[in-house]
Amino acid sequence: MSGPPLLEVQNISKAFGGIQALSGVSFNVHSRDIFGIIGPNGSGKTTLVNSITGFVRIDSGKVNFQGREISNLPPHKIADLGVTRTFQIMRPYYSLPAYKNLIIPLFSPRARRTGGWRGGGKLGDRDTVGIDILEEIGFERDSQVPYKLASTLPTGYLKRLELARCLALRPELILCDEVFSGLSMSEIASMLPLIERLQMEGITLIMIEHRLKELFRVANRVLVMNFGQKLIEGSPEEVMADPKVKEAYLGSEDLSDYV
Amino acid sequence: MAGADVRKERLDRGIKVRTSGIYAISGGKEIGYLILPRLVLIAGLLLLPLVVTNPYWQRVISIVGIYALLALSFDFLTHYVGLVSLGGAFFVGVGGYLAALLNTKLGLSPLFSIPLATVGGGLFCTLAILPCLPLRGVYFSIVTLMYPLLAMRVIEALNIFGGTEGIMGVASFPNRWVEQYSLIVVLLLALFGLRRLVNTDLGLVFRAVKDNDQAVKASGINITHYKTLAVFISASLACLGGAYLVHIYMWAGISTLALDFSIIPIAATVIGGGGTLVGPVLGALILVPISELLRAFGTLRIVFYALILMAFIVFRSEGIMVYAQRKYHQFEKWVQV
Ligand SMILES: Nc1ncnc2c1ncn2[C@@H]1O[C@H](COP(=O)(O)OP(=O)(O)O)[C@@H](O)[C@H]1O
Ligand SMILES: [Mg+2]
Repeated sequence: MSGPPLLEVQNISKAFGGIQALSGVSFNVHSRDIFGIIGPNGSGKTTLVNSITGFVRIDSGKVNFQGREISNLPPHKIADLGVTRTFQIMRPYYSLPAYKNLIIPLFSPRARRTGGWRGGGKLGDRDTVGIDILEEIGFERDSQVPYKLASTLPTGYLKRLELARCLALRPELILCDEVFSGLSMSEIASMLPLIERLQMEGITLIMIEHRLKELFRVANRVLVMNFGQKLIEGSPEEVMADPKVKEAYLGSEDLSDYV
Repeated sequence: MAGADVRKERLDRGIKVRTSGIYAISGGKEIGYLILPRLVLIAGLLLLPLVVTNPYWQRVISIVGIYALLALSFDFLTHYVGLVSLGGAFFVGVGGYLAALLNTKLGLSPLFSIPLATVGGGLFCTLAILPCLPLRGVYFSIVTLMYPLLAMRVIEALNIFGGTEGIMGVASFPNRWVEQYSLIVVLLLALFGLRRLVNTDLGLVFRAVKDNDQAVKASGINITHYKTLAVFISASLACLGGAYLVHIYMWAGISTLALDFSIIPIAATVIGGGGTLVGPVLGALILVPISELLRAFGTLRIVFYALILMAFIVFRSEGIMVYAQRKYHQFEKWVQV
């Protein structure tokens, strides 16, 4: 894609004590990309998300968003710019009904400014806006799902709730940390159109996934991480064909085990 | 009563058709059922100064009111924001000294010195606590525990604010009715105000900071702002209590920074039921008179106190209020099988 990149990650490194979680990772994400990140467990994918969104401080390197440096800004400031994330370990407010979970992001300065998802610059009643967002993202209003306590919701809905929390900010970029993991085939199949719709509406997505087959259906670029380093970056086809990738995945000669 | 052919049956009241706190109310009887406990509490507190005739116990009513404010302040900050402050006495001392200074130096009557000490003291305490806000969990608690101790030593060492003598000649209230009724009204306003606050959208943000601060940050919200605001609310309530204290005793001294003011409100919260707001008020209502009765035992007082507290934690750890709420929403009756 042409034009300046939306997100530039330049040579970032991060060590936890003796563990080098990231070493010199660079890549660019363009507007409206669905940018996949794959790699074995412990290869630094979550740390990458944490570094971009300000949840961990990077040791060196630089992150630019819309041409502006955001490295090591506090997380709320980065979110305020429209860079949102989901958590691999889901963090709903369990004691609240699902729609009340969205009151918190809708209370943020960014949501007040933008009006939230579909807000058009003016934030309406937070309860109503929250329920509308949930309905769009697959909480059936007729069966009262938005009103159920988050602690009673199955994983599939909690994953959607994570996405809804991002959408409430009317984000530019969403970093999804394994939103498909723990979901059944059919649940993933029902979420893929949602992902594509978000892309069509102008949202850029970075998706960390283990489910390569599903990821490769929607992603237009893929980055492969291994031992905190960038192994390769390219189109899904290029990545699949690369022998290094096959090796990283348990040294398996046949990536079709995963695809 | 429980023979071989009877068993205890427990029913939830019909009104408990509710979805997570939203009651489906239909009819006067159910509205009455909901507001009855509130009326009992309000009427009970308002009647107290009328029914208590002994001057010693009349003073205890005011002390109960002050401890209830402190317990509310603690319960709000602990259970709705997740900041466990062990330094309640610091707030009391700041509010107390400020009211005493405003009264004796500027000649402001309690009508002005108390509100000013509430807001001004709240601001001062918030600024003082600000550096500790990034601390998490037990670290915040331990550092706040130091504040009243530090303030005490500073006043002693620098011999400011009357040093160990304290500030004497603070104006009292015109009469005990003004003292007690203004305090009870202020307490009820604080209680119902906080109950309303925690259920607003702002209150949800406070509670989210407690449950899950990472997700709040990821939602583009600066949690330090909200922690600051919450500390201000909590500190102001305790400063209000401190201001009342010095006008009641007509004296401000380093004993307004005493450990009692940090610990007893916590004990009242534990006994009454943390996170209910009403519970801590009830806890103060029970605990403060007991503490007065135990004065007869001198230094052993604290031993009895500790035993009562331990018994509560062991046998009814949820607190009176949580237990009472559950029972109130249930009938129990014996039925023939
Ligand atoms: N907060 C942390 N403290 C210490 N080590 C961490 C922390 N976060 C991640 N790590 C380590 O960094 C490495 C990369 O982890 P992570 O980014 O979670 O990998 P992935 O998401 O690809 O599975 C792992 O070795 C992990 O143990
Ligand atoms: Mg991970």
